[in-house]
Amino acid sequence: MTKYLLLSTILSLSLAESAFAATVDPADKLAGTQTFSFWLLDSITTLDPQLIEAVEDSDVARQLFEGLYTEDGTGELVDAGAIGYTVSDDKMTYTFQLRPEAKWSNGDPVKASDYVYAWQRLVDPATASAYAWYMELMQVENATAVIAGEKLQTELGVKALDDLTLEVKLITPLPYFRKMLAHSSVLPVHKANIEAHGQKWTEPGVLVGNGAYTLTEHKPGEKAVVTRNPLYWNNAATVIESGSFLTVNDENIAFTRYEAGELDTVGIPTGMYPQLSKDRPAEASSAPRACTYYYLLNMDPEKGLEALKNISVRKALSYAVDRDILVDKVLQSGQIPAYTLAPAAMAGFTVPSVDYATMTQEARSEEAKRLLTEAGFTAENPLKLTLNYNTSEGHKSIAVAVQQFYKAVGVELTLNNMEWQVHSDIMHERTYELARSAWCGDYNEASTFLDLFTSSSGFNDVGYLNADYDTLMADSKTMDDPQPNYTKAEEILAADMPIIPIYHYTSSRMLKTDVRGYPKMNVFGTWYLKELYRVAE
Amino acid sequence: MFSFIARRLLVAVPTLLFLIVISAVLMHAAPGGPFNSERKLSAEVVANLQAKYGLDQPLYLQIWTYIRDLVLHFDFGPSFKYKDRTVNDIIAQGFPVTLVYGFWSFVIATILGIGAGVIAAIRQNTPTDYLVLSVAIIGAVLPGYVIAPILVLVFTLKLGWLPGGGWEDGEWRYLVLPVIALSTGYIASIARLMRSSMLETLNSNFVRTARAKGLPEWKVITRHVMKPALLPILSYLGPVFVGMITGSVVIDMYFSTGGIGKSFVDSALNRDYSVMLGVTLLVGALTIVFNLIVDVLYAFIDPKIRY
Repeated sequence: MTKYLLLSTILSLSLAESAFAATVDPADKLAGTQTFSFWLLDSITTLDPQLIEAVEDSDVARQLFEGLYTEDGTGELVDAGAIGYTVSDDKMTYTFQLRPEAKWSNGDPVKASDYVYAWQRLVDPATASAYAWYMELMQVENATAVIAGEKLQTELGVKALDDLTLEVKLITPLPYFRKMLAHSSVLPVHKANIEAHGQKWTEPGVLVGNGAYTLTEHKPGEKAVVTRNPLYWNNAATVIESGSFLTVNDENIAFTRYEAGELDTVGIPTGMYPQLSKDRPAEASSAPRACTYYYLLNMDPEKGLEALKNISVRKALSYAVDRDILVDKVLQSGQIPAYTLAPAAMAGFTVPSVDYATMTQEARSEEAKRLLTEAGFTAENPLKLTLNYNTSEGHKSIAVAVQQFYKAVGVELTLNNMEWQVHSDIMHERTYELARSAWCGDYNEASTFLDLFTSSSGFNDVGYLNADYDTLMADSKTMDDPQPNYTKAEEILAADMPIIPIYHYTSSRMLKTDVRGYPKMNVFGTWYLKELYRVAE
Repeated sequence: MFSFIARRLLVAVPTLLFLIVISAVLMHAAPGGPFNSERKLSAEVVANLQAKYGLDQPLYLQIWTYIRDLVLHFDFGPSFKYKDRTVNDIIAQGFPVTLVYGFWSFVIATILGIGAGVIAAIRQNTPTDYLVLSVAIIGAVLPGYVIAPILVLVFTLKLGWLPGGGWEDGEWRYLVLPVIALSTGYIASIARLMRSSMLETLNSNFVRTARAKGLPEWKVITRHVMKPALLPILSYLGPVFVGMITGSVVIDMYFSTGGIGKSFVDSALNRDYSVMLGVTLLVGALTIVFNLIVDVLYAFIDPKIRY
């Protein structure tokens, strides 16, 4: 630690006043009853921040715990547990000033040591968190060694300098480090509570959190209820009194229950968006999500299919897919055709104009045919491939359509449906030809997608190896402005085509018209109950 | 009789042990594992997870530990997927739910099914018979996942009488739709079974004798026909009762009851070994118990059977 950049502290302090909680429009008259009911597609699997893997879990945990930062509707960071920070000249040491008035729901003050405990807990082999790698991704010092059991968790690069000062040491000057801090894996937890109750610490009445709400009821598979936390530091600005999270495993049933007034917001079932957006525009909305759907082309030097190691074949397979038909006729929820990996919605990211994105589908199909002939595949000697996908009506519809697109260019595609557990095993073992996959970003930066296909990535299930690509992504970790590297990396991907990008997700949802403050445009679907309020209609 | 019951319960022990072993072996033979995820986990993380849940041990040791904990502490182990909860928690929370809606579905299915079957048999080849039969066939072919959304659409959305899902500790308004959805199919099959069993009995010699004695028809039916006609139904009802109280994935999915039926299917898909084993054991034990009850009831109903 050498010299501090005082400026950043001042800046973040000055931002601190505005966007914490429900900013009620003076023109709005508040409704008498302030409750909100949210739809979860699946049961909550855990509310322990360091063990959370599922979206449903983080949707609830975000209300019960508060990390250093929260996100606003546009994905920008908002000070929460932190009120300011400084960073060393080498950008490898961050020092966060914590909010002195922040309290746990049992009245204890929130201390820097609570963050230290939570972060150490994430990488502790005894916790066995499936998200332990997130700390590695954050480039925190010694994370990898602690996970491997080579160092003690107390050697992780995070330290409480005093009760209100948290210091984090990184191994690379990761430009987007702070953006990763809104994630549920790094939420602080209350050590004494966990030690006293063990595995049962997340039960209602036991759980001690530092968020705007406390857990009052949890019936797995049915519902969870959270109630306003009077000890939350900014409780005065909270409007919604209680929130319920109802598990409904079927999107159509969930929609019916929305219609019956049991849910205040739901995802729009497949195929219904065009009609609903026309009939009920005040309720229906569709916004980009930080997720991309794609097909993997196994080009592993040893296990991959010979034909797929040929760049012309891979290109042909990508060109032949008519994304417009898939999006407009099959999916019908306002999805965005994808020709590159990272969605345009990622903060600061400029999608390169790759050549095939601007061609007409007719031209693309012609080019696909030409490339296939060039690779030696003809009507007499057609290319035969198998596509693996995991069980889901949606995946199946897309696969059937792709089969037709391929037929048109002379490729025989066999569809192979399998359950998820088998599918994922086969993908990781690289013993497939084509496989359906998708990725949702962990933080608002294109690298959360582009890092997937570096040669050392644990997610590189295609066996893609490109030294230039690796260098661009490695350099991006130490640059002030990594964005140009991301754009260049996308160009390389489009030229090598190890995957077939198909579409970028949107989240199309119905929201009751009297709800205000819901961040519909947040690309992660991140929302905070404390920012909502209902108006009298 | 008591020695018969004692013998049967004794045989249940090796049966359940065999069930544990065979289920464990099959589960582990299935491809995939409980910690599969979109991102391939690093070897270290997988090793940590496996060590935490004892999956790094050889299978026979895992089975041994499982049986030991079960016998000594009645501990079904931790869930791999629901990380805040043990299998005991999951069963303790979900089983009472399915027990309630399963029990009521069973009562309704049995009463209505037997009633309809009897009426159809007595009025054989009349419009009443045809009506009962057609309704029964429609009920039997309509799967729960068709009935459930229709019920919600009609009673929740159109009429607004009942909630579309949830449980609220089994409050009656939350109970009605799951019970209708679960019992419909069973009413239909019980009615058809009862009808054919009744017809068979009605054509037997002792019924002819009873009629020849000049007994009024209602007496013939209640005294001589009902009892023997119920026998085949009884052996069908034992497993049906177990099936109903251990829940249905369709009911749990469509009505968000939080019951054990969905946990069973999910655990298989998630390769949540301990939950799968726990629920399998629960279903296995209940099946043994209710088959035994059925056998004992047989002895009361059928004078030919004595243990």
